[in-house]
Formats: sequence, structure tokens, C-alpha cells
Amino acid sequence: MWYLCVFYHRLLDYRRPEVESLAELFGGPGAGDAVEWRMPENHHEDSPFHFVRLPGDERFAAQVANRSLLVKGIYELWGHGTTYEELEKSVMEYPDERKLPYLTPESTFKIVVDTFGKVMSSQEQNEIMKSLTYIPFKGRVNLKKPEHKFFVIETDDYGSNNGLPPVMKRTIFFGREVGAADRHLLPMYQLKSRKYIGPTAMDAEMAFLMANQGLARPGKLVYDPFVGTGSILVAAAHFGAMTMGADIDIRVVRDGRGPDCNVWSNFEQVLAIRWLVGVGFLDLLLIFDAIICDPPYGVRAGGRKSVLRGEDGSSNTQFPEHPCFKLIYSCEQILSFRYSRVLLTMVKVAPYTEEIKKMAEEQHRDFRENHQKWLDEGNLHSAVFSPAEPAPDGKSKFDRDSKPKYRGKYV
Amino acid sequence: MRLLTHNMLASNVRGVTSGYPLKLEATNWCTKDVDLNADFIRGLLPKIDWRALVAATRALNLPELLPEEQPSEDEIFAEGAVNVEGSAIRRIHHALLEIHVQQGALICPESGRSFPIEKGIPNMMLHEDEV
Repeated sequence: MWYLCVFYHRLLDYRRPEVESLAELFGGPGAGDAVEWRMPENHHEDSPFHFVRLPGDERFAAQVANRSLLVKGIYELWGHGTTYEELEKSVMEYPDERKLPYLTPESTFKIVVDTFGKVMSSQEQNEIMKSLTYIPFKGRVNLKKPEHKFFVIETDDYGSNNGLPPVMKRTIFFGREVGAADRHLLPMYQLKSRKYIGPTAMDAEMAFLMANQGLARPGKLVYDPFVGTGSILVAAAHFGAMTMGADIDIRVVRDGRGPDCNVWSNFEQVLAIRWLVGVGFLDLLLIFDAIICDPPYGVRAGGRKSVLRGEDGSSNTQFPEHPCFKLIYSCEQILSFRYSRVLLTMVKVAPYTEEIKKMAEEQHRDFRENHQKWLDEGNLHSAVFSPAEPAPDGKSKFDRDSKPKYRGKYV
Repeated sequence: MRLLTHNMLASNVRGVTSGYPLKLEATNWCTKDVDLNADFIRGLLPKIDWRALVAATRALNLPELLPEEQPSEDEIFAEGAVNVEGSAIRRIHHALLEIHVQQGALICPESGRSFPIEKGIPNMMLHEDEV
């Protein structure tokens, strides 16, 4: 069934992969591939408004949305248009048998008027709600816990404000909310309140996104070979997975900063859900359901570079590859003007053979014997730590006089 | 360190060909309750080395906990078995997830190299000359 999917306007690359991964998680193998996308007329792909077709019924769509972090709402679209007159016509044309069951006298509801790219006063919002006379709302209004939530969402030509390519015309949507992200998770798990963190602890939102990409859920075993303070595993454990971690620095895992400030305290703090099974650096034989991790970036924590971004903002990187894995998503997160990092999602597609193992051992030996030489030859140290080049037109990149540009993933 | 972890660990010291399973020596261990999830056990069972698991329980002086031979799947996942005290699935769950070795060591069966376990965390780091 097709829905309107409105995303939180951030982490643009992560939005669709999250929905598809959650479809796979709840729907089983192949469900992720069955997800289809379309854009509303005149909307650029960076827009928060997408049409999505999800397999299964509405309950399935709700499961996907409620577990996500980036879906502001999934709505059954009753109508849309470029003016309120068009909206009315569109809603009137939507079949009664889809509308009437949610408008019954015994039900409770509320109407939310939301905007993107503009601010609307509560007076204007009220006017809009009053104009919905063509929808027979028979139920009682309940603002706290309504059974049904209806949304009027208006978006305008927001070209220079939100840094998106301008939308040709204004769009107004009317829909019934089916599900939405539970952003309350974020203050609950925020690093600010965490007992034990280090400089590389993953922030809660990203940790949850990673856990979603890794399909963490009860009955699954998730491994982090660079566990540090456990921030990624805490997120996976929240979703019910059994977790295990290892680290090259045993002190971070074993000792922490004391008996009340260590990895175990982190798990206890967020409800001691699934115990961490911690270890030092190790050689493993078992197969995990997912490996979710934040590997070292190649400079010590506090160093500055992950991926060098070109002048036009593009990055020219070679991602790690492995014969057993297929890359299915790469999501870029822009960290600053010069640097970004990428979350890669890979799926195991081939068995680990003796031949592959031997190749890996050779590569390890090769690296161990030659990496110092490569570092020196490639002058890697100064490549990483040299100051930024000035732009060719002589202007500093931080010139505030330049016109507001399309911000793309800077959002 | 849980016995699930022990079941996965091997000695990778240079020159060692059969560094598995590691012999368990525990000077301090305890048990902590964990909710039983039958699906988790079901997914895990084919990946577990039963002999190594039994050997670990024997090393902790728990000869009665697990039988020498792995019980059949039918017995382990029998209807209602999760609620029967002393059932196969509960013993397996207990052995894998509820026992925590706090202090001790893991010994490589071939080289005799000892990997210490402190505060529940085994240290598997090899020295430069062992790699």
C-alpha cells in the first residue's frame, strides 16, 4: 500500500535505507527489496516528503515507522494539492469506505497542522482546521491520546530558507497518521547522561540507526569488535539483541573508570537489558547475526580527518570490500566542511572458505610488514594534518557574503 | 566471561594448529539470571561446539549440568520445555548465558599459553613474538 512518508529533515542518505532495512527486519528476507519510492510532483529527492509503498498491512507500516528514528510520520494520504481548494477536491474524491471508519462518533481524534519551510501562527492553523468542513469528523477531540491523528501538512517554496532546491509550487497534504518515530529514545539514551563514555562513543541517534541497519532484534547476536564504551551495543540491546564486544584496549572494556563507571554501568543505567559479553582482542569462530561497529578512522581520537572532500563537495573514496559481502547501502554523514564519514551496510552472500582465509592471512602479513613504509612514502601524516587550501577565486570558504546555496546533505 | 564466549575463543599463537577449545580454569565465578529466549537458543545451537561447552561446565565442577551427548532438537525445543525446571533448554540456557567467570584463565591446549580472565574479561592479546 502507498503511504505519504515524511522524514525528519536530517541525515538525508540514511532515511530510505532505514525504512527498507526495517521492512526487511519485520517482513523477512526480500521485504526490503519490495519497498518502492516515488516523489510528489516537483519535489526533489532531498525533500522530506516521499511516497512509499510498503508490503503488508497498516500494522506493518506502523511497526516500521515506530522503530525508525528518521520517519517523522507515515500517513494514509487522503488528499493533496497545491491549494486548499485542490486539497478539498482531492479529499472528497478519496473513497468513503477508507475515511468513514476513522470518523465514527465513538472515536477520539486530533488534527495537527504542520508546516515545512515556513512558520504558521496558531491563528492560521486554526483557520485551516476550521476549513476542513468537508470531512465529517463525528468523534470527540482528545489532544493527549487520540485514537486517530490527522495531519494537514503544508510546504512552500523554501528555496533559500532550508537550503533545498526550490519546489515549483506549494504542496498541501492531508493524511491519517499510521506510525511515527519514537524520538523520546534520544533523550533517554543521550550520551550527555551516560555513565561511561569516551571520545569515540557513538551518539545515540546514529547508534540506533546503525542498530536498525544491522536488524538488531530479540534472538539475534550482535558483535562489535571495536566496542570501546559500548555505545553501539547499548542501542542494539535496547532493540532486544544479545550483544558482544571486544576491543584492542582491554582497559576500556575491563576496567573503565572505576567500579561504577564502566561498560556494565552503561547497560545497567539503560535498564540492564541484554548483558554485554566482553572480551579483549580475540580470534573468533562463531557466526554472528550482525557486526555493527565504528572502526578506527586511521587517526587517533582527536585527529581530524576521515574522508577528504573535494572542492565541489564530492568525495572520491574506495570503500572496503570483501569477497563474502555485498554492499547494499552507503550513507554519508557530513561532519564538517572538510570531513564526512560513511555508514556502509553489507550483507553476507558467500561462505568463508579456506582459500579466502589464506588470502586474508597473507594480506594481514603484508600490511604488518609494509605499513610503516607506506606511511612514510605516501607522506600520509602531512596529508592528513595540512591546513585547508584556499579556494581558487581567492575567497575564503567561510565568506558569509556568498548567496545562500543549496545545502544538500549539510542540513 | 560467559561460556558462550568461551565456546567461540581459540588460541591463535603462531605455530599452533589446534588452539581450540581453550581449557578453562576459574578461581572465581558466579551466576546471574538472564531471560530465556528460545529463538535465541535455537539460532545458537547449530553454532555451538557441544564438547567444548560440556568440558567448560566440568571445569567449573558442574558435572550434572549437561549430558555428554547433545540432546536431540526435539527434546530441547519440546512444547512447554521452557517452563519445566531442569529441562534441557533451561540447562543449556543456564550454561551458555547465566554463568559468569570473573577470575581465572584460558589455557591453549597445544602451547600451554595462559590467557588471563580478570573482572570477567578475558585478555586474548598476543605478545609481539607470538603473532
